[in-house]
Amino acid sequence: MKYIEEFRDAAMAIALARTIGHEIEPGRTYRLMEFCGGHTHAIYRYGLPRLLPEAIKMLHGPGCPVCVLPIARVDQAIELARLPKVILCSYGDTLRVPGSDRRTLLQAKADGADVRMVYSIDHAVTLASQQPERAVIFFAIGFETTTPPTALAILRAQTLCLKNFFVFCNHLLTPAALDALLADSPNQGSWIDGFIGPAHVSTVIGTAAYRQIALRYQKPIVIAGFEPLDLLQAILMLVRQLNNRRCAVENQYHRVVQDSGNRLALDYMAQVFCQRDTFEWRGLGKIADSALAIRPEFADFDAERRFPLPERPSREHPGCACPAVLRGQLDPANCKLFAVTCTPANPLGACMVSAEGACAAVYAYGRQPIRVPL
Amino acid sequence: MKIPQAFPVTHPMRIELVHGAGGRASAQLIDQVFLRAFDNPLLQQKNDQARFDVASKRLVMTTDAHVVSPLFFPGGDIGSLAVHGTLNDIAMAGAEPLYLAVSFILEEGLLLSDLKRIVASMARASMAAGVPIVTGDTKVVERGKADGVFITTSAIGTVPEGVNLSANQARPGDQILLSGSIGDHGVAILSARDSLGFSSPTRSDSAALHGLVKQMVSQVPTIRCMRDPTRGGLATALNEICQQSGVGMLIDEQAVTIGPAVQSACELLGLDPYYLANEGKLIAICPAPEADRLLIHMRAHPLGQGATRIGVVTADPQAMVELQTAFGGIRLLDWLNGDPLPRIC
Amino acid sequence: MCLAIPAQVCELLADDQARVRVGDVVKTVNITLVPDVRPGEFVIIHVGYALDRLDPIAAEQTLVLLRAAGEIQQRDSRSAPEPTGQERNDEIH
Repeated sequence: MKYIEEFRDAAMAIALARTIGHEIEPGRTYRLMEFCGGHTHAIYRYGLPRLLPEAIKMLHGPGCPVCVLPIARVDQAIELARLPKVILCSYGDTLRVPGSDRRTLLQAKADGADVRMVYSIDHAVTLASQQPERAVIFFAIGFETTTPPTALAILRAQTLCLKNFFVFCNHLLTPAALDALLADSPNQGSWIDGFIGPAHVSTVIGTAAYRQIALRYQKPIVIAGFEPLDLLQAILMLVRQLNNRRCAVENQYHRVVQDSGNRLALDYMAQVFCQRDTFEWRGLGKIADSALAIRPEFADFDAERRFPLPERPSREHPGCACPAVLRGQLDPANCKLFAVTCTPANPLGACMVSAEGACAAVYAYGRQPIRVPL
Repeated sequence: MKIPQAFPVTHPMRIELVHGAGGRASAQLIDQVFLRAFDNPLLQQKNDQARFDVASKRLVMTTDAHVVSPLFFPGGDIGSLAVHGTLNDIAMAGAEPLYLAVSFILEEGLLLSDLKRIVASMARASMAAGVPIVTGDTKVVERGKADGVFITTSAIGTVPEGVNLSANQARPGDQILLSGSIGDHGVAILSARDSLGFSSPTRSDSAALHGLVKQMVSQVPTIRCMRDPTRGGLATALNEICQQSGVGMLIDEQAVTIGPAVQSACELLGLDPYYLANEGKLIAICPAPEADRLLIHMRAHPLGQGATRIGVVTADPQAMVELQTAFGGIRLLDWLNGDPLPRIC
Repeated sequence: MCLAIPAQVCELLADDQARVRVGDVVKTVNITLVPDVRPGEFVIIHVGYALDRLDPIAAEQTLVLLRAAGEIQQRDSRSAPEPTGQERNDEIH
């Protein structure tokens, strides 16, 4: 697979890890946060934590759109699925996320709701055009990478004059979350030295938004691709910046990410969506200007307008430490519930519900057996 | 001019409820479809049971239900899958399969041509394996209650003297062998599902393994256990053995073969090939001194040509399976949680 | 959070669609966001949409720098950093 395998070359990875080791200042720890859940997953999948020198501490950020989806929104999606004549379409990621009473969309399906997994929102639009007597509601999640497809789908539905296609919009914005992560703490993110920035969000939004954050909080940000060599190179770049006391925004993934982002994608997003004043992020609380809603001009496709559902409070499990884990302040393994009562099969909190949540990634890949000599 | 005829009961286009009612229509379906295809002396007796003598006292028996959708996929169909899968369950005990039994639950409305195609495929698989289908049953359920057809297959077999395979026998230091590439069946099934919208040249690896197994146990009777990594994939099968034996495992990622088309499809969908089903592969755990020899014999068989040594059993009271990545990093290879759903994140 | 992979465009189709290839796997995706893409070029695809192009020259540059970085053994970490990507000079001490 071109442009994938070359960036997984084992010999180069080992050499890079060694170079990182040589450039580390003796006695210094480098606490680097990868914001994006996909990066968390990749880091563990390739066994990078055990390859990197001890001085590099990877912290896991809240960039997992499934993890930060409030329980109340999951409840609402399940309620929507149960409405008569509704077909609820969703990406695979959300089907097993438990709501307030521990029920999931998959369980709603077993109970008789018409819940369907789709790989692309396009498929939901096609379904709506083929079955005019049903209401097709798409459960939209994701950061800026996933938002342009939703915008295009709504525009396509409009062109087709569909009266039965709706989007339940839970799209989130990355820069606001990054800012809130640092701003909301009394010491402005002092537990983080630098950031690995998201690859494909940046493909859409470009690099400008990160500059303000790097300057304001004096922390370097390196945008990295998804492959292990990308991550290792980004870590090396961060180590070098920190050694040189710099806080620049660098783009390791410049084979795809351009500074201006994808102008066309941004225009489509602006055409269809507007910012919500505030939105609740599971584990992080309410964050201003951090989420999107469908513009009034496209109200006909807005599930929240067409099927208004009462707001309800989200209640988290007592003892759940996700707020600290999502901020990178607590290692998943140090949460009292981790791997005891909270597991991927029975997720109690945000960080365990998605395969790329910090706790799920550590549980699936990062636990270590107690060494017993043969 | 052709004179239109009344719709003849003996040549329907689709299965109807009457075909399961036990009357004339049932008998005709059984005669013309099943008996004709599975033809053998025991079946020809048309009893409700098959009677036969068995020399050995060490018998194994197994049963499987098959509900795969779509019914037809590259490299096989629900019929061949059913036959191979059940023969393999027998084979994993180191046993030689003797006879198969099969029961069908047919959905009202199933195309007769589809049924014939499935049955013909089963007949071919059974004949190629040298294991006849000696008894069976058919029922028909209303439209909407059976996804086309559900097939249950059962089999019995005999275990040769001196062969004792069991998943609780793996010991630290034992070697772990895998007979070929992983993920092929899983990807073949997914590519045949319209909703995922991708096409791939991958074919299911569905195959009967008892011939390979016979060669293996006759040459190395001290094999500790064998397992075919079907649902849940290689990761699940390895974890199961660890749990039953109370041991851990260290697997070398570079020794596990994954075909390029499987790799591409998994990247595209966000799936992990370690959790996808395999229907023509087996894992064998054997004492370290025998591993080289066993590998040679596996590779001498058509179904074991791609066999590799993929890892070693370790002492680990937590019964974890670890994977050594190509970079020398080590990570856990955990159980599967739920269905392997494609992900976007 | 965004599983997206490079795929090569094989054929342009009607309605802003294109057939793309990842290894031996072929898929049809929407190319509205990369409107002037041509067969032979590489794009990044996510949930059935091409998000942007992949620049082969930049990819090669990255690989060259990766190799070079791997060959560095004893290097003074206080010297000026190599341009291992596109930099912005937001340097504050």
